[in-house]
Amino acid sequence: MNAKGKVFKYADNVDTDVIIPARYLNTQDEKELARHCMEDIDASFAAMVGKGDIIVAGRNFGCGSSREHAPLAIKASGVACVIAASFARIFYRNALNIALPILECPEAAEAIAGGDVVEVDLAAGKITDVTTGRTFSAEPFPPFMRDLIEA
Amino acid sequence: MAMTMSQKILAAHAGRREVRPGELVMATLDLVLGNDITAPVAIGRFADFGNKRVFDRDKIALVPDHFTPNKDIKAATQCAVMRKFGIEQGITNLFEVGHDCGIEHALLPEKGLVTAGDLVIGADSHTCTYGALGAFSTGIGSTDMACGMATGKTWFRVPSAIKVCLSGVLRPHVSGKDVILHLIGLIGVDGARYESLEFAGPGVAALSMDDRFTIANMAIEAGAKNGIFPADAATLEYLSAHGAKKPRVFEADPDACYSRTVEIDLSSLESVVACPHLPSNVRKVSEMGDIAIDQVVIGSCTNGRLGDLRAAAATVKGRKVKNGVRGIVIPATQKIWLDADREGLLRIFVEAGFVVSAPTCGPCLGGHMGILAKGERCVATTNRNFVGRMGHVESEVYLASPAVAAASAVAGRIAGPDEL
Repeated sequence: MNAKGKVFKYADNVDTDVIIPARYLNTQDEKELARHCMEDIDASFAAMVGKGDIIVAGRNFGCGSSREHAPLAIKASGVACVIAASFARIFYRNALNIALPILECPEAAEAIAGGDVVEVDLAAGKITDVTTGRTFSAEPFPPFMRDLIEA
Repeated sequence: MAMTMSQKILAAHAGRREVRPGELVMATLDLVLGNDITAPVAIGRFADFGNKRVFDRDKIALVPDHFTPNKDIKAATQCAVMRKFGIEQGITNLFEVGHDCGIEHALLPEKGLVTAGDLVIGADSHTCTYGALGAFSTGIGSTDMACGMATGKTWFRVPSAIKVCLSGVLRPHVSGKDVILHLIGLIGVDGARYESLEFAGPGVAALSMDDRFTIANMAIEAGAKNGIFPADAATLEYLSAHGAKKPRVFEADPDACYSRTVEIDLSSLESVVACPHLPSNVRKVSEMGDIAIDQVVIGSCTNGRLGDLRAAAATVKGRKVKNGVRGIVIPATQKIWLDADREGLLRIFVEAGFVVSAPTCGPCLGGHMGILAKGERCVATTNRNFVGRMGHVESEVYLASPAVAAASAVAGRIAGPDEL
């Protein structure tokens, strides 16, 4: 399973309140959630993001509340993969449960810039910054986890 | 192999003699919790997966507390989804606004639904609160809640632990909130990521149960999987007084392995606030200078208990909320509301110029009942001060204890009770 798209870059501690503000949690409609995804950290995200794009962020991505609406909003935005230096644990579990591909890779999180085009080979855990030509290795998911994501 | 409290509880629920950090185990659950935001998503998943009946109607709790009393039609619809499911499934602990409802993490211990040694998951990140009772409890998402409701089991990665060794006794006006904010300031918002925070040491006995709830509640704000206190005489007395089922007391082995130990001398702590926009951005109140405020919120699953209201009321008694400041007090449950009323606390608040609201999570998560406009600043006893958490993206939340929040309401700026 591969992904290729342009990068939206964020810093450390991107919390679930900025991924999807609670004022929009009165719905489970994924399209509606996607319309407000990242709204409080990047008001232009929903308008700019395209299918297959990639979020790259620093440490502790998805910290805060347990709202599964957060990975759902990201996935429904068309984002193909989130790469971060590290993930908060509830977000990590939720992302796998709703089949949003995520990769932990501090080196990639550090080096990749916003706007770069990045290609991800999930099975191999290989991340390529097409813009700069640099490649990075993340721990790939074991096959059963990939089955879960592809299911 | 020597184990921590958390590891022992997981082992016992996985039918194992021992477990090791990093291992994945399948464990049996004592309680599965959801609220009006997370349960409707879980209920959808439950049906998608082809489930018909929950595993045990006595081991699920559904609490409408976030956008309740229903803030709008969509919120009302979500509550209706949860209510319908609860009735169809015959869920014993389906709560309803009014009656004996309240904020889930204040409510469940009060109703005796969690006991020491329990393994609890809840589709709310502050489910870690029940660690105050010596239970292993942790937040999960809606899909995990759905699977938990269907099977009564879920998988866990066995966590390593940070030992937080408490000594001494808190000084007057310093509370559990100051302890946990101090700790988060020390280790950071991901300082305990994936780990247990295990509280220990002679200082534990000197902490009230309400202080322990506050401390365990905010373990998630350090990224922890769970926060847990040893079940001592005070815990057992609390459990007995609230009709909880028979406790199972797990003690950490003396030679249990910890990733690190943090020492906190309670008697050295001062009142602190967590400044925008991270709970780890902690400073002493005495060093804050003159920061004018627009609103004060005293309540939430972190600090809406009777002990919190007593501390706030003692601070504002005979005083007035500063002109131009909106003071909001939210007793966390109906029982706490009644107890506070019997003690005359609600009258003290109203006479001081606070409004006393119905139990709700409301403003804590920017839901309703106290939202901030652009540029407004709030001192809150809640748990998160992220960007936009309580309203406008350009509003600010300072996290503090009930005593500091109450003093700030009177002073019209961030202030400690000693300054009044």
